[in-house]
Amino acid sequence: MAAVRAANNLYGVGLRAVRQNAALNATRILQQRAFRVNGALRQQPFDSAAEKPQFPGASAEFVDHLEFIQPNVISGIPIYRVMDRQGQIINPAEDPQLPKETVLNFYQKMTLLNTMDRILYESQRQGRISFYMTNYGEEGTHIGSAAALDPSDLVFGQYREAGVLMYRGFPLDLFMAQCYANADDLGKGRQMPVHYGSRELNFVTISSPLATQIPQAAGAAYAIKRENANRAVICYFGEGAASEGDAHAGFNFSATLECPLIFFCRNNGYAISTPTNEQYRGDGIAARGPGYGMMSIRVDGNDVFAVYNATKEARRRAVAENQPFLIEAMTYRIGHHSTSDDSSAYRSVDEVNYWDKQDHPISRLRHYMTARSWWGEDEERAWRKQSRKLVMEAFEKAERRLKPSPDQLFSDVYQEMTPNLAKQKENLWRHIQQYKEHYPLDIYEK
Amino acid sequence: MAAAARLLLKSVSSKATLTGVNGSVHNSFGIALLKLSPNCTVTPKTQKRHAAHFTYQPDPVPTNYGPTQKMNLFQSVTSALDNTLASDPTAVIFGEDVAFGGVFRCTVGLRDKYGKDRVFNTPLCEQGIVGFGIGVAVAGATAIAEIQFADYIFPAFDQIVNEAAKYRYRSGNLFDCGNLTIRAPWGCVGHGSLYHSQSPEAFFAHCPGIKIVVPRGPVQAKGLLLSCIADKNPCIFFEPKILYRAAVEQVPTEPYSIPLSQAEVLEEGSDVTMVAWGTQVHVLREVAAMAREKLGVSCELIDLQTILPWDTETVCKSVVKTGRLLISHEAPVTGGFAAEISATVQEECFLNLEAPITRICGYDTPFPHIYEPFYIPDKWKCFDAVKRMINY
Repeated sequence: MAAVRAANNLYGVGLRAVRQNAALNATRILQQRAFRVNGALRQQPFDSAAEKPQFPGASAEFVDHLEFIQPNVISGIPIYRVMDRQGQIINPAEDPQLPKETVLNFYQKMTLLNTMDRILYESQRQGRISFYMTNYGEEGTHIGSAAALDPSDLVFGQYREAGVLMYRGFPLDLFMAQCYANADDLGKGRQMPVHYGSRELNFVTISSPLATQIPQAAGAAYAIKRENANRAVICYFGEGAASEGDAHAGFNFSATLECPLIFFCRNNGYAISTPTNEQYRGDGIAARGPGYGMMSIRVDGNDVFAVYNATKEARRRAVAENQPFLIEAMTYRIGHHSTSDDSSAYRSVDEVNYWDKQDHPISRLRHYMTARSWWGEDEERAWRKQSRKLVMEAFEKAERRLKPSPDQLFSDVYQEMTPNLAKQKENLWRHIQQYKEHYPLDIYEK
Repeated sequence: MAAAARLLLKSVSSKATLTGVNGSVHNSFGIALLKLSPNCTVTPKTQKRHAAHFTYQPDPVPTNYGPTQKMNLFQSVTSALDNTLASDPTAVIFGEDVAFGGVFRCTVGLRDKYGKDRVFNTPLCEQGIVGFGIGVAVAGATAIAEIQFADYIFPAFDQIVNEAAKYRYRSGNLFDCGNLTIRAPWGCVGHGSLYHSQSPEAFFAHCPGIKIVVPRGPVQAKGLLLSCIADKNPCIFFEPKILYRAAVEQVPTEPYSIPLSQAEVLEEGSDVTMVAWGTQVHVLREVAAMAREKLGVSCELIDLQTILPWDTETVCKSVVKTGRLLISHEAPVTGGFAAEISATVQEECFLNLEAPITRICGYDTPFPHIYEPFYIPDKWKCFDAVKRMINY
């Protein structure tokens, strides 16, 4: 296991996190209460004859005793899973029964992503690229959700969803080209690494501001609904981004405007250094769904089949019923937030180690495959070698490539080149001619 | 935000729309009370409504776009939206209260004509409205978003500046939201106070990737709005709300477009170039007449129309001829768009200048309710500036 191995070198074994987790589960079970979500709550029609409350904003009964509603009225939302930590199917009825080739593809995509992460992370450490963000520990959320979608479904990502793009067939060469901002980068070298995008694969280009994609996904889903083309939109974000005003806007708009949209929250425990208990006081992100009149579910994000099942059903119903669904996938960010972060400053090695060793989405799927004799040590060794070779080849190719021409600095600001920009471009070139030796022209295309 | 917006609603929007049962009960009760009080005169001096600070002069009747109809500015906006919904099946119009016709009546009748999936209310959330509009446009449809007042556009600042403006650039032209147009009522209205009067164009003029347009009247509003909608870049269209009813012209009923980024020379002159946009064009038109009559000075009046990307050529050509430039806008002078014009013109026309470039703009205060007559760059302030420039 590539990822496990990498982290083994970094952290020692510990059990504190396990105990914490067990205690947390116990509390959750105690607090668990039945709740129902009515996705189609409507304002009640006006009926002056009835004795019921007539307020336009709520349909409910009067009560004659004073009682505040507990904030945890819907706390302890259970976590749906298909496999246990040893990769065994818990309830056979929930087994998606994917064919061997599909499962192997899941596994290979998850591990390829992991290999790419390790090489790009290292290359940043060596100063070859400016920045990187790994996907360690969240591979299950990426591949499980991507596999459940139709390739025509439009993806609005946050920034840690490279696996979704990889599953859709984005070639390693283009991942590398983007991180190196070379002349093959579809984004023309304008954004920091990991800001991928692909028109062909219906993956909207990533932008750095958090949560801005959430109301945009609602708008796109609305337009797609009007096309009536059996498509949906999926929108990824973290539990930290869910605190932004844009998240509220997107949830509320998609519910009121009935958009075929899947909100996929990767609750990975940390927003850079801020833990979830400093991010929100309610029961996670899924608990917010009912407040917006939205169908919601919490899944084990480290169980690729649970993610797959939940996304598939949400996608089916979102399109059939024109309504948004909220999936909160519980997972853990094993890597640092980015190459600019050192997470040992705010979380224990033991905690990280637990997730890396005991509850990793890749090892869980591997257990599942091993139990069916679909994958053994030989296959693992061969694939590891092959995947490393694929990544290294793409990596070396990208590194050799020149950067795009400085002309690209001025294009695509507007659809057309404005006179103002044409003049500025001309000025830049005139200046460069005069001061050539001060600019790194040799690494750019003409 | 909505509550504040609605304060203005009664005085500005149509009387017919909001006089519900309860409203009339309250009104008659109030009138009765006033009659009972011996100290209440019918038109108290302290409450005298300030007369408009400009005289609206309609544009000549356009002859090259087919039949025309008498329309005020909000009706010409409606007409443009109507044309768009009729010709573009993907077009949708949305915002706070647009379904029933909008608080300024710009979308009256459109929901009934084109369906509630095409003209609809959104929740009360400006960042959501713009974000949603960007998404609609990214998916390939035409999005026309209404922000109820330009004063309330700031929650959407991030979506406009960091998202809409940069969509094409950051994706290497893979994705864009060029089909997005944001409309917002703009500028002073006589009684709008801090939050129903602002002219925030300069905030957005610092942002490459968007276009900003302000029309001076109904004919321009329709042509420019249709150009914004058709333009393949995200546009902000600010509508001078004081002109919604005050400005009436013969407007073509068929669609037509007026090119963006082109200023219009409304009056030719030889001594002073005057640049403005929106309502202020009408203030300066009067100033030009005053300067001619009282000072014998010939002013060249330019309506900039598009704030970003702006037409430097027309302005500079004029200043080369006149040697003097007056720029006037309602927004505060410091960091206002007049500063940008001023900087560019002194760079381009330094040796042609006969007097310092003069900015007559709002003071560097919030928009000050009852002090509006003193705050606005009215014709007397502008006239005095012309006088000073000539005598420099």
